[in-house]
Amino acid sequence: MSMIAFKVNGRAVILDVDPSTPLLYILSDDLALRGPKFGCGLGQCGSCTVIMKGQAVRSCVTPVSSAAGSEITTLEGLGSSEKPHAIQKAFVDEQAMQCGFCVNGVIMTAKAYLDRNPKASEADIRQAMANVLCRCHAHTRMIRAINRYAKGAKA
Amino acid sequence: MKNLSRRDFLKTSGALIVTFSLAPESALAQRLDGASSNQLDGWLAINADGTVTAYTGKCELGHGLYTAQTQLVAEELSVPFDHVKLIQCDTALTPDQGTTSGAQSHPTNFNQGSLALAGATAREALFEMASKRFGVAADQLAVKDGVISVKGDTAKKVSYAELVGDKKFNLTLNTRAKRKSPSDWTVLGTPVPRIEIPAMATGQFEYVHNVRLPGMLHGQVVRPPTYGSTLVSVDENSVKGFAGIVKVVVKKDFVGIVAEKPWQAMQAANKLKVTWSPGSALPKQSEIHDYLRNKKPTRDTFLVNSKDVDEKLGQAAKVIKATYHYPYQMHGSFGTSCAVADVQSGKATIYSPTQAVYPLRSTAAMLLGMQQESVHIIFRMGSGCYGINGADTVSYDAALLSQAVGKPVRVQLTRKDEMAWENYGLAFVIDQRAGVDKDGKIIVWDHESWSPTLGGRPGGNTPGNVVTGLLAGFQPAAFAARSPAPDPTNFGNGNNAVPSYVSGTVNGRSGGTGKIRSERVLTHDVQSPFFTGPLRSPARLQNTFAHESFLDEVAAEVKSDPVEYRLRHLSDPRLIDVVKAAAKTANWEPRATRAAAARRTGVVSGRGIACVLYEGDNGFCAIVAEVDVNQDTGRISVKRFVIANDVGPISNPDGLKNQLEGGALHGLSRALNEEVTWDDQKITSIDWRTYRPLPVGADIPSMETVLINRPEARATGAGETAVTVVAAAIGNAVFDATGVRLRQIPFTPERVKAELAKRT
Repeated sequence: MSMIAFKVNGRAVILDVDPSTPLLYILSDDLALRGPKFGCGLGQCGSCTVIMKGQAVRSCVTPVSSAAGSEITTLEGLGSSEKPHAIQKAFVDEQAMQCGFCVNGVIMTAKAYLDRNPKASEADIRQAMANVLCRCHAHTRMIRAINRYAKGAKA
Repeated sequence: MKNLSRRDFLKTSGALIVTFSLAPESALAQRLDGASSNQLDGWLAINADGTVTAYTGKCELGHGLYTAQTQLVAEELSVPFDHVKLIQCDTALTPDQGTTSGAQSHPTNFNQGSLALAGATAREALFEMASKRFGVAADQLAVKDGVISVKGDTAKKVSYAELVGDKKFNLTLNTRAKRKSPSDWTVLGTPVPRIEIPAMATGQFEYVHNVRLPGMLHGQVVRPPTYGSTLVSVDENSVKGFAGIVKVVVKKDFVGIVAEKPWQAMQAANKLKVTWSPGSALPKQSEIHDYLRNKKPTRDTFLVNSKDVDEKLGQAAKVIKATYHYPYQMHGSFGTSCAVADVQSGKATIYSPTQAVYPLRSTAAMLLGMQQESVHIIFRMGSGCYGINGADTVSYDAALLSQAVGKPVRVQLTRKDEMAWENYGLAFVIDQRAGVDKDGKIIVWDHESWSPTLGGRPGGNTPGNVVTGLLAGFQPAAFAARSPAPDPTNFGNGNNAVPSYVSGTVNGRSGGTGKIRSERVLTHDVQSPFFTGPLRSPARLQNTFAHESFLDEVAAEVKSDPVEYRLRHLSDPRLIDVVKAAAKTANWEPRATRAAAARRTGVVSGRGIACVLYEGDNGFCAIVAEVDVNQDTGRISVKRFVIANDVGPISNPDGLKNQLEGGALHGLSRALNEEVTWDDQKITSIDWRTYRPLPVGADIPSMETVLINRPEARATGAGETAVTVVAAAIGNAVFDATGVRLRQIPFTPERVKAELAKRT
């Protein structure tokens, strides 16, 4: 066990944990956050994605020790039902999900990518989403929502 | 999270209505077909503040049903949408509507029965009360936003709350209660946004995965290495001293670990030394279809048998034959299955993503050795299910572990445990034969299929139908061999085993959608080496792939246009309409399918069509697919889908579109990519590298949907129509592009290349 400190959605967190624990478990169990989710535990699907140092990170394969001193943003850190972030609003406006379980990975991956590549084309966006899964196959609406956000962000 | 009884719940929600335990036990109450309670108070209550609390036994699975049902209640009662609070699937609160499956929720709850009838019965009762109060006939009354007024004298008005707020109706459902006419709809039939989506998009939605109980522990299971393995020994010392371990739990072949933290449970489950007996031998994957064809015993069924098929085949100008192969596929839910159980002091509460709360109550009680009255199942949404994923089995896992430690336990399966042990969608072998006359018209159709079965939904009494039940000592449902098949006694096409083009005549009555009179459909179920269960459009997708591919083959053989040829053999006007609508929107150019590629290398293009009346009576769909085929790589790229769909009256056009779009892409992923694999000992599709659905960034087709609204028709399902027709439409388009017929799913580049290489 060791003491690890980082920030989640602007809130300081200090934990005495096994440093090898994947960050996801800390976020979803210890901190009871609902955005990042366990989908595969293998870094293959995207459901556990959080944004750390501006990068989309798969928290299920990221040891909590590597988060020390970092600023972490989760899906709930972007906005709320009442005050959604523009990308979240685009997903609501497009009704771009079915069961919604994957939407954390889709939104966080897209946002981190577009933050760094604001001029991305639709082909670039698709490339960035090439390792994100949605088993309901709401792909069409999701890509539309991401494009809607990207256009708005550019404007 | 507080555990509420229905009575407590109603106290807090301000309504006083009858509890299910106090309701007269009608014969209907325990039926598993969704008929459920005939007591109005079991379905809805008017609260003192004028809001409505409604109860449904059909749950949200990501398909928008929660919102659609809320629309239904608001519409029938003429109250604002946001004045309705819908409570779904809780054995202490809601009617027993069996299982939410098979695209049956609309047929059950949106026609003259169940939830819709409850709304209509309540509205009539409220009008009758107002009629008495004002001394005018009910037809002189109007209602808006839950306030009834006298026509032409708006000073005379009374709210629902004043009439019955917080009181019981004490009425049985009136089977003749008049539903509101669709022409008067203002909420139903409109694209109301889904209620859950804002919370889902912002990480606030509570899935079953987010349920947290005070003192809750975390469990993991240790599954056997393969089918047929039984437990020899567990070495508890192998995890001795691990942080947070609470207990190693063993019950017959069921092994699990409970720990304080999920990561502790995960690590301990990986390290726990368990010795298993060797498993049973598996058939070679490359030979699975021959295995199915030759497996004995069989359960044989005739769906139709006009008894002149051999004779007509002998008389035909030409006989065409083909065999189609379909693999095992998996639900592969995106989030692994999860449940939270609290089993202590002789009571069990299970938060579960099950599609079947009442059946689960019954089988969980068997598993726990408790009375079902002591078991309370509360539905919480899980990751999209598409049929029986791990929802029931993980509910058993959590229940067994919680019972062993006497504390609440949450279990979320690992990716491997989810994939290696789920109830897979059915593999199939299908032989088709058709005879055509000298004019090219089909005069006889002969269909014979083989498909495997083991386990399935546990229903009310078979926990052994899923892995945890089996490990805990229950057997899967016994295989009921039957050969030869008896003659059919009435026509049903729930599995779409009968092609759309035959008359479906049994005992002189025709229930099919086509004109061909000589018809034989014989199916053989055989025992599966793996668990099987309903996967989105079970058997219907596989059969439709074979039927719609084969019709296309015959059309090509007689050089007919595939749309015209379909229309020539169909008799059902609504099926004809969806075919025409899809073709029209796709600008389908009438011509015979090309029997050869324009050139042998590079990219060639083609178009294909397929259609279905899902389950024989539950939704019409036709799809046109346009594809590019790269003949050098074997890669199929689908460029466009046009989907025409008729569900009867449309509850929510945007929700319907979402289902059709998702269904079509799900079908595309399964047609091109998906196949469960195994070696001689075990399943090898255990993660997203070894089972590969279409990722979000994939090259996907443009999609157009044509929604045919039929307000006066019966409401039917929409969740499984598009997924059913995609594979055939793609295969037909590939044939049009290349002259090569793909008869085995998935259409992987390797398989396409191999077939292209066979061209002479």
